[in-house]
Amino acid sequence: MTVQKAKTLTGKKEPLSNTMLLMLVSIGIFIAMYAAAVIFNAKGFRNPKMFFDLLNENSMLIIIACSLTVVMIGGGINISVAGVVSLTCMVDALYLQKSAVASPFLNILISLGIALGIGLAFGAFQGFLISHLEIQPFIVTLAGMILARGLTTIVSPGGKPVDVNASGAVTAMWDARINIPWFTEVTEKVKLGKVTQTVVSTDLEIGTLVALLVLVLVFLLLRYAKLGRNIYAIGGNQQSAMMLGINVKRTRFISYVISGLLSGLAGFIFLMHAPSAKTTVAARGEMDAIAASIIGGTLLTGGVGNVFGTFFGVMILATITKIIGLSDVNESFWQNIASGAMLGLFIMLQSVILSVRGKGKIHLPEWLKFIKPKGDPISPAK
Amino acid sequence: MRTKKSSLAWLMDLLIPLVALAVLVLFNLIRDPEFFRVTIEWSEGNPRLDGNLISIIDSASELAIIAMGMTLVTASCGGQDISVGTVGAIAGAIFVQTLVRMGPISVLTVIGALLVCCLGTILFKLFNGTLVAVFKIQPMIATLVLYSCGRDIGYMINGSATEELASPVIRAIGIRIPGVPVSTPFLLVVLVGLLLFLFFRLTNIRLYTQAVGVNQGAARLNGIQPTLIKLLSFVILGICVAVAAVIGVARMGTLTPKTLLADIEMDAILAVAIGGNSLGGGKFRLSGSVLGAYIIQMLTTTLQNMGVGSEHIRAYKAIAIIIIVTAGSPVIKSWFTAMKNKRSASADAASLKGVG
Repeated sequence: MTVQKAKTLTGKKEPLSNTMLLMLVSIGIFIAMYAAAVIFNAKGFRNPKMFFDLLNENSMLIIIACSLTVVMIGGGINISVAGVVSLTCMVDALYLQKSAVASPFLNILISLGIALGIGLAFGAFQGFLISHLEIQPFIVTLAGMILARGLTTIVSPGGKPVDVNASGAVTAMWDARINIPWFTEVTEKVKLGKVTQTVVSTDLEIGTLVALLVLVLVFLLLRYAKLGRNIYAIGGNQQSAMMLGINVKRTRFISYVISGLLSGLAGFIFLMHAPSAKTTVAARGEMDAIAASIIGGTLLTGGVGNVFGTFFGVMILATITKIIGLSDVNESFWQNIASGAMLGLFIMLQSVILSVRGKGKIHLPEWLKFIKPKGDPISPAK
Repeated sequence: MRTKKSSLAWLMDLLIPLVALAVLVLFNLIRDPEFFRVTIEWSEGNPRLDGNLISIIDSASELAIIAMGMTLVTASCGGQDISVGTVGAIAGAIFVQTLVRMGPISVLTVIGALLVCCLGTILFKLFNGTLVAVFKIQPMIATLVLYSCGRDIGYMINGSATEELASPVIRAIGIRIPGVPVSTPFLLVVLVGLLLFLFFRLTNIRLYTQAVGVNQGAARLNGIQPTLIKLLSFVILGICVAVAAVIGVARMGTLTPKTLLADIEMDAILAVAIGGNSLGGGKFRLSGSVLGAYIIQMLTTTLQNMGVGSEHIRAYKAIAIIIIVTAGSPVIKSWFTAMKNKRSASADAASLKGVG
């Protein structure tokens, strides 16, 4: 650390923090993979619509991955995120189905309130158990996940899916999506002398915009707010954070509350994207979110991480799934095996890069250094 | 004084699971004493024990075996293996396919298939272990790879055919050996537990594992190879998974890769935690994890007996688990110790007064 400081002062070499390096790696992997998909034109990747589809389909995952990153930087973990998503989804759907309120705007507000309330309840409860009673976060949030999933099946009408396609709130949200005009494709077909037009428009859903907004907000929070710096500090070294006068318990508690709130929001957004709630919503979503955070450069040990990296982690996972899903592989088990193998490859690649860097064999070119954060997170190289 | 303390140390370590078990037993005693009735039934001239307790002991077998292996991995690596269930599906597929290829099912072929199956799971676990020990990836992430595609590999090995393993040998493994009143899966738990107990009694591996878990660098400086110890714990977990998978297959008499040992990874981690082991590695107690496994199963059976539907059981289970871990949390524990110290201090003061 002192050596790094000295070098910075003399202005010679500024070593990149591991967070940034891992994020750059994940960005690089994403670009390489997307470029490969475009070049080989795995069905439809040459169409810019694909990118927006990926964003729209994964808005929920982006939010829960962000919420997980916050907790993971603080040195904890939250497995209950996907469970909370399924619960809020189900409760909101039931509300929208039975709601007597006519105004779609009010319905949206109320269901958003329900979603945030459920998320807050889970976040605060788990945060209290973890920060104040010092129970291992893995176990608490695992129990939280089981509880949320169990409540989902209890609340759901006989385990059947709840459809809210007809709800005014959903239609309003759907209509409010933003059309991106210059990517709209109009194909004309001449059939029996009649010209039929099919318009395939490229849209950005409101939910996706919210997800991107959350991404930026969380980034700003972690980077510039006092709370964010405190979260980095308690994740890097709890003892020294305490000695610096940081209220470790409160900071940890708040990080879980943020995570819970974002999970609730994700549930609401998911319901607006796919207007039906099932008990299997976001199945294994927690593992996807953890994988996305890790691929994006967040360490489970805490103190290291960046939400933009997480975003690219989500996009990498989504692209893998899409490529394999669209290719000519028919049997579904090959899809999972291939995506598992790719995941393993990325994880190993990261580890190799970090270890090679530790031995000082990689020197990053000058032009990559402009992204270095001003204040390095309180985390030495791990 | 010292000897007395050390002899009671194991009791203190197991305090939480024992109290949890006691509360469950008490609850059931109050609710319905019939819960504990064990009867001997005779079917085809063979005695067999029957009752809730027997079914708890029987159906927690896979969980107990895997929890033992999970304890070791947790202790040495400070992280959890989340791929035990999916690797179990692979193990089941290997077992069934080897058995089918080997011809008619007999004791010898079953043992042969079990060995092949063990070999397979050890290889897969070594893959996990290498990622953890050599590439220094966090265990949860390293095992995430097999977690996400293990069942599909199992499906690939097994093919779409579902083989019916109708044979007295398979039934003897999965249900009970004719003439023995206790179910074979439970006997296998005892066997695996005994083997592990002897292994740790006769070698220094227990100490080494704890040393690696507590402080890897210090362990290395003392001449212990952390890589080897971690790999060893994964190998033992692999064998445990293979045995559990064979029990699972034998119980059903057929293999379905999608449901074999489903969701067992979370239960196993819970069993380890309820057993009073730290999930951050270090000291471990196998008996605690086994107790944890039986507590989880007893909870499930109790809820079932209370008429809670299988779909709803999870939520109640989660609440019970939260209560158990809260009772065992460090803060509550230190609170209790403080209370005890206060009491003994006041007692000391009282005795001093008496002397004075």
